[in-house]
Amino acid sequence: MSAGLFYALTGGLLFALGLAGLILRAHVLRKLLAFNILGSGAFLVLVGLGGRDGTPDPVTQAMVLTGIVVAVAATALGLALARRLLELTGDMALPGEAPHGDD
Amino acid sequence: MPDGLLPLGVVLSSFVPGLAIFFLAEARHRLRSALNLAGALTKLALIGVMLWGVLHDRDYVFSHTVLPGLDLVLRADALAMLFVSLSAALWFFTTLYAIGYLEGSPQRSRFFGFFSLCVTATMGIAMAGNLFSFFLFYELLTLATYPLVVHRGTEAALRAGRIYLAYTLGGGALLLVGTAWLYALAGQVDFVAGGSLAGLPEEAAGRLRLVFLLLVAGLGVKAALVPLHGWLPVAMVAPAPVSALLHAVAVVKAGAFGIVRVVYEVYGVEFAQSLGLLVPLAAAAALTIVWGSLRALYQDDLKRRLAYSTVSQVAYIALGAALFGPVGTIGGVVHLVHQGVMKITLFFCAGNYAETLGVHRVDELDGAGRRMPATSVAFTVAAFGMIGLPPLAGFVSKWYLGLGALEAQMPWVLAVLAASSLLNAAYFLPVVHRLWFRPRAGPWPQEHIRARGGWETSRLLLVPPLATAAATLGFGLFAAGSASPLDWAKLVAAREYLQWVP
Amino acid sequence: MATTELADPIPWLVLLPLAWATAAFVLGPGRGGRLAVAGLAVQAALALALAAEVLEAGPRRYAVGGWAAPLGIELLADGLAAFMLATTAAVALPVAVYARGYFRAVSRSDAHPKGATWFWPLTGYLVAALDVLFLAADLFNLYVGLELLGLAAVGLTALTGERAAVAAALRYLLASLLGSGAYLMGVALVYGAYGTVSLATLAPLIEPLPAVALAAGLMAAGLALKTALFPLHFWLPPAHGGAASPVSALLSALVVKASFYLLLRLWFGIYAPLTTAAAAQLLGALGAAAVVWGSVQALRQERLKMLVAYSTVAQLGYLFLVFPLATGTGPAAAAAAWGGALLQVLAHGLAKAAMFAAAGAMVLAAGRDAVAGLGGVGARLPLSLFAFALAGVTLMGLPPSGGFTAKWLLLRAALASGQWWWAAVLVVGGLLAAAYVFRVLRQAFLPVEAASTGGVPRSLEFAALALALGGVLLGLFGERPLALLGVG
Repeated sequence: MSAGLFYALTGGLLFALGLAGLILRAHVLRKLLAFNILGSGAFLVLVGLGGRDGTPDPVTQAMVLTGIVVAVAATALGLALARRLLELTGDMALPGEAPHGDD
Repeated sequence: MPDGLLPLGVVLSSFVPGLAIFFLAEARHRLRSALNLAGALTKLALIGVMLWGVLHDRDYVFSHTVLPGLDLVLRADALAMLFVSLSAALWFFTTLYAIGYLEGSPQRSRFFGFFSLCVTATMGIAMAGNLFSFFLFYELLTLATYPLVVHRGTEAALRAGRIYLAYTLGGGALLLVGTAWLYALAGQVDFVAGGSLAGLPEEAAGRLRLVFLLLVAGLGVKAALVPLHGWLPVAMVAPAPVSALLHAVAVVKAGAFGIVRVVYEVYGVEFAQSLGLLVPLAAAAALTIVWGSLRALYQDDLKRRLAYSTVSQVAYIALGAALFGPVGTIGGVVHLVHQGVMKITLFFCAGNYAETLGVHRVDELDGAGRRMPATSVAFTVAAFGMIGLPPLAGFVSKWYLGLGALEAQMPWVLAVLAASSLLNAAYFLPVVHRLWFRPRAGPWPQEHIRARGGWETSRLLLVPPLATAAATLGFGLFAAGSASPLDWAKLVAAREYLQWVP
Repeated sequence: MATTELADPIPWLVLLPLAWATAAFVLGPGRGGRLAVAGLAVQAALALALAAEVLEAGPRRYAVGGWAAPLGIELLADGLAAFMLATTAAVALPVAVYARGYFRAVSRSDAHPKGATWFWPLTGYLVAALDVLFLAADLFNLYVGLELLGLAAVGLTALTGERAAVAAALRYLLASLLGSGAYLMGVALVYGAYGTVSLATLAPLIEPLPAVALAAGLMAAGLALKTALFPLHFWLPPAHGGAASPVSALLSALVVKASFYLLLRLWFGIYAPLTTAAAAQLLGALGAAAVVWGSVQALRQERLKMLVAYSTVAQLGYLFLVFPLATGTGPAAAAAAWGGALLQVLAHGLAKAAMFAAAGAMVLAAGRDAVAGLGGVGARLPLSLFAFALAGVTLMGLPPSGGFTAKWLLLRAALASGQWWWAAVLVVGGLLAAAYVFRVLRQAFLPVEAASTGGVPRSLEFAALALALGGVLLGLFGERPLALLGVG
């Protein structure tokens, strides 16, 4: 198994983990962390499959960098909203999902 | 003015005042009335020009492409002009009547705005040059009449509105599917004399029958063909001018007119006959005629009795369309006009009794002839016309329908006509009897308007029914004259049959 | 060279909203709002100019900064892109006029004075993201546009800072991130297989490999989630129904259409060799379910804006009928379905923006968001009610309206391809729409109780009316937009 494929499979696994966390966990922080894991999985697949014969592909590097910037921005917005939600409701879960302290 | 703009002008002459009226303050009733009447008179003038032109074989067509293969066409042909003239004339009288009827009541700007839109839609229906254009105005009519039906805002009115919408939008959906299917089968189908489907390949016959069923069912809702008539008696909660408009000019007539268009100018009557579509249509119409009359017998409310009478009488038009042969065609087409003037007279009179004396029920009418002689004369003339007594308009229709039935070799239709006339007599004569021959016992339920200065009620309420009653008499007496409705109907029939048999 | 570069509308369509968004951030809502309206007016002119150009001379390519692909970023304006750009401008300009009046009226009652401050910058970024998305010619730029759009939309949803809005925004954010995450994974797989993300380069290469099929599936699922396709619509009603009214209008009219646009591009573009009739029927069936479910839910809502939001769920369902109607059917049916779906995008965009705008004006006047008891409001704000009714005509698909021409084309496609069951969906959907629209309109005929309603600025009512009239007039003048869609 080449290193690239190994990275890609790991990325796929991370993506699946993140997906499960995003859907199944109620706590908003956990959801946001899960999203970051999911995103990292996608980046890993991009880098892993992009490199040919051990030489890294500059295009994937550029794309992942852009992707990381976007993910950071999204996480920041999510955290800001979560904090506001905590102020308003005293809870870090979305209404209708499991109440506080699901862990 | 270029010829294409005349049909558009006829449509806009009620659309533009209608929009303007929406924005008028409630209190500006003089300006509102002026706008209404100016629109009505402009329309009549434009129609006069076109009538002259159509008689001299001029073609007035307005066309606008909406999508490739989908044109909005307004065309003033002979059949269109018959319906347009009827609607415009009756709109004028109904407007006068409505101004008198609604004097001092709230929300008049809204009422007259939608009233004008309703007439706009009727004009469009009359002059639509293809099925899509027809459908457009047919749906506009639904939307414009809903506010009139629920105008009073009572629980009963809103319920009636809901039932009305359920029926008419459902019917509209059927019409849409039928239209789209037909366009898929045959491309854009213009209304042309003699129809345009006869050239389609033989294997399409089955689908064409199905499309016919969809179209007639969609139109039958507004035409109140049994069993699609349920909305009509319920919609009686609307104010009297609305009922008059719904029954004589706009909604019911639009359905019947659509059936005439589909039979003659989409399928072509000869092609429809060869597909075996006419006999079932005749049967449906006959059933409606008898059923409507039977139900009318049992109504104590005057307006409901008139409503069931409409169910029955409008089916005459469909019946005429279903009788194969030019004479039947003449009977059906001329009844379009005759039923209009007679029924609007009856509704005007019913409104007068309600508005002047508070009388709504048949058994409260005793002695009303002495209190309101002019209204009662008008009512009597129209009722006799409905029964089909010569020399009134209704007689002419029935005479041609009867001859047409013989020509189409459907003698059972004669029995239907005879039965219907007997039933008409059975539900109208008791009313007339009460008006003139029963003495008044006790006061009127609610006498809103006192008789004064020789006028039995408000003048605006009195002139319209007298005028339309005079038309009922005139159309019968002078049926043989040139440019009478009968003459126009003959002109229409002459264009629909490839071989004209005089 | 330099002069033609400057006169080219394509870069300005993206740069202009970014510029006024940033300026509005500095200037504050008052002057920022004026600037935004002016910017959007220019934007509308540019979009129309581009549309006319594309209609005349065919698709246009533009290399950003003069760097051609694969190193640089390439933008492509074909008929579809130009159509979507024009749609965006046509909706955004009246909504901006509306928003100025709306936030002035709101700040007078001083409920959430902060809203206006962030509205203009976020709207600018939203419009820029939409335009990038419509012009992007490679999978990764599409991703960036999609993600930016999502972030701006979430920010706008949370604008009022109220509890329900914040919760709805957070839910929206998570759904949006999940959707774009799945899309990004698809991009990674495609890049792994072919070493490029350019749509033009990929188009002849794509073949039904398992990895590519997985990529296509992930992307389709992610985009369906972002378009709120039933049963993935859970996030939409609270977000659209709970946001400030101008925001609701933008979200319902434009934002959900962007992910649909992307799905349409990919399905009939690079993934055309992969698409199967079964998958198309599945998407169509979900669309049909959305039509029925959304309408039934709309019938049951107590709150006016929630009713309108569920109506969006239903109306989005029609868009998905394009997949069964244009996949593997004859060219005539496919062209009709394609035209019908995109006219529906525009017609629904105008009508839904009008409906939210009118609903917002009525809610503002009544002081509460309830379907019952609109009677007095209708009498006070007849123009808003009229706008609502006209928008309703478009949503019901009655002629003459853009909703009708869209429905007519879809109906023709269904009949021409022998798939009559989609015709039934169209008809039933129209009747259900009539049921929920008239549920609102009938309130206007109830006797007016003692009216305790306030007034609203006239600009609110006129903006709503302009949008609604646009939706209706599209039904009479649909020929040129349709011709534009046929380019490229």
